[in-house]
Amino acid sequence: MTTTAPAAVSADRAPKDRSMQLQKDMIAEHYRRLEAAPETHEPVVYTFVPGNLTELVRAFGALPLLPEINALQSGMRGMSRKYIAEAEKAGHSEDVCTYVKCDLGMLKSGNIGPTGTRLPKPDLLLLSYTGCYTFMKWFELLREEYDCPAVFLHVPYQGDGKVAPEHRKYVVDQIREKIIPALEQVTGRKLDEARLSELLGYSRAAEDDLVAVLQSAKHHPSPIDSWFGAVYYVGPIFSSFRGTPEGAAYYRALREEVEERVARDEGPMTPSGRLDEQKYRIVAEGPPNWTSFHDFWRMFSEEGAVCVASTYTKVGGTYDFGFRHDPSDPIGTLADYCAGCYTNLNLPQRVEMLADYVRNYEADGFLVHSVKSCNSFSAGQLLILREVEKRTGVPGAFIESDLVDPRYFSAANIKNRLESYFQMLAARRGAGGSLPLGVVAGGAL
Amino acid sequence: MSTRAAIVERAQALYDDLSLGSVRAWCAEGVGRKAAGYLPVYVPREVIHATGMLPVGIHGGGDRLEIIRGDAYFQSYICHLPRSLVELLHTGRLDALSAMIFPSTCDVIRNLSGMWKLLRPDLYVRYCDVPQATERSTGGAFWRRELETLYADLAEVAGVAPDLAALNRSNAVYNEVRRTIRALYAARSDAPWRIPTEELYLLLRAGEVLPPEDFLTMAGDYLRATALDTARPKDRVRVVVVGAFCEQPPLGLIKTIERAGCYIVDDDFLLGNRLLTSDVPFGDDPLTALSDTFLHHAMASSILYEHAPDGKKKLLARRVADARADGVIFAAPSFCDPALLDRPMLLAGAEAAKIPCMAFQYSENTGQFQQYREQAGSFSDSIKLWGGHP
Repeated sequence: MTTTAPAAVSADRAPKDRSMQLQKDMIAEHYRRLEAAPETHEPVVYTFVPGNLTELVRAFGALPLLPEINALQSGMRGMSRKYIAEAEKAGHSEDVCTYVKCDLGMLKSGNIGPTGTRLPKPDLLLLSYTGCYTFMKWFELLREEYDCPAVFLHVPYQGDGKVAPEHRKYVVDQIREKIIPALEQVTGRKLDEARLSELLGYSRAAEDDLVAVLQSAKHHPSPIDSWFGAVYYVGPIFSSFRGTPEGAAYYRALREEVEERVARDEGPMTPSGRLDEQKYRIVAEGPPNWTSFHDFWRMFSEEGAVCVASTYTKVGGTYDFGFRHDPSDPIGTLADYCAGCYTNLNLPQRVEMLADYVRNYEADGFLVHSVKSCNSFSAGQLLILREVEKRTGVPGAFIESDLVDPRYFSAANIKNRLESYFQMLAARRGAGGSLPLGVVAGGAL
Repeated sequence: MSTRAAIVERAQALYDDLSLGSVRAWCAEGVGRKAAGYLPVYVPREVIHATGMLPVGIHGGGDRLEIIRGDAYFQSYICHLPRSLVELLHTGRLDALSAMIFPSTCDVIRNLSGMWKLLRPDLYVRYCDVPQATERSTGGAFWRRELETLYADLAEVAGVAPDLAALNRSNAVYNEVRRTIRALYAARSDAPWRIPTEELYLLLRAGEVLPPEDFLTMAGDYLRATALDTARPKDRVRVVVVGAFCEQPPLGLIKTIERAGCYIVDDDFLLGNRLLTSDVPFGDDPLTALSDTFLHHAMASSILYEHAPDGKKKLLARRVADARADGVIFAAPSFCDPALLDRPMLLAGAEAAKIPCMAFQYSENTGQFQQYREQAGSFSDSIKLWGGHP
């Protein structure tokens, strides 16, 4: 599964907002602590973004480290090609997730993390099996590399589009009977539920502010780019900073910054500068490409296209649909959180979410960016495209590349498709919306 | 025609019939008869059978189906199985099914369950999430409840009342099915020159569409017939084929491996039919019995988390030893996450145990086998020349 947050990576070619600098400093400090962990003896817990139990990990005084984040940042820093080649040389198939191969290649190459610091070995592999089959294999592979304990949390998929009470109980029971004892053993501490509740309070505050930021895109012009820009915004909350005072402070600052832009009718900062004149409002499904992130973003911003909502920024939690961590039910709320992450939703739910975004954010179009690496996202996206078009009357586009394997990003092809798509949206607008759907970028069934 | 030839011919006809004619015929033979389809790898067939419905394994179109609409639903980097499944759906070949069950094999099959809900809103569609936690208090409680829900839902589709006695009977029938399959595998392993895998595979495919009682008769007759076979062993190496548990290899590929100088003495084709390695006990609570058996007696496979840190490393050494095999062939479908992500771990374990290995990929509709013939032939020759598993 593909997850988000290029948090520590500076958008070198894009001017920075204040919040970006704040985030960069937070992440740098986190990686500094990770590097020092072997000396400071802070326990390190590897886990994944969707279904992460960061507050719980933090309540034990441990530091979370998320391999997908390292992989995507390696992609942004131009390191992933080498790492993937290293993994393929070691026998990993060309056909499988490039996040996994990038992470394993990084490990084989010395385990230097995105900020240039050495990453510590895990004291515990906490496998939260949420919304992605590959996670299971990824941690089985990591377990082969590290001599450390692993603990497994199975989060049932929402096959019927809901979390049944017995599914919630299953997750709660596993957290109580397996995850907490494993953390207690590794850290040598007992769980302090009051401390956990306190941390969940920080989460809740941050989630309120994040939702305000994401929903600001309903404004015209949108003060944010809710796909390319929002992957920065969700960085702290999807990774190591949910349930921390620093995380809550970051989201308060971000919200203030965005509200200032709303007041001034300003658009977001993009690689092409501030995007105040927004010609196309787009909803995006799928993760972005990381190896050509800014070039990809520029293909939108140069055309005056802003993303007003995206599903990718919900892989670490669907807060804009109402979920908040509940400090009064600390274990139950963690179970609810895990079950609700985007890729744990079934296809009809995903279609409905996209259709809601198109309607509620008054989008002109929606784009499916399908990545080779991620079957969790990609399988079924062509049907999603058709269903969303059918339900909203808004035309969709379909483009393909990959997460962190630069061999699969064909810039000319993607640019050509996007330009054609935007031209079609313009023509359709001129024709009063009467042109047929899905005519440009493929995927029509 | 000999009994054996007649059995194989019938199995071949069932295999070739992508329109599920035998299932339609079975449904037509009785008032209110219905059938429920399931995808690979593991679905508890007992629960379907106990409702009176016919459990039907849906394994795609193989190399016998032209894909016209199916390709429009999937990108080039998704495996082939879902394309042929959608093609089968759109061409009406699955119309005999009143329910479809999608097990937690991988993300493609998982998402396909949602596609089915969108494409066939009139059908009962369920995603069957097998437990990955092995403790009775967590995974056991979860799976027991899932089985209960599945049974209640299917009983409603079938128009019958849930019946514990029926569940016990179905558990017993499938115990017998698994015992028979194990006997077939043991017989092949003992004398693979008498039971070519091509025939065994066709027989097991027949078991995916026939009522289990009919399969038991067929398999029993086949076993008795092969015991009389006087064929002599050929100079072939003994191999275990792994990785082909979901999207099935074309029959031609199975034949090719054996004709290239290998006896397949163990495999994971159609793995769901024997995933449980122990009988489900008879008792007052057949669903708990079925759940407990899954929890404690499911074969190690790529669809289940390996809780033991050295489990992957030891798996092939154990299978090779059990099958008295000389080597391992990794045969994985292209873009198959479970098989391909497991492969490096399994391969490392096999190599550490000095087991000769080779690997290739296929699709269910692979039509050219020359490259496989050459690979398998070279593999066989190399083992004969330089030795196999010590």
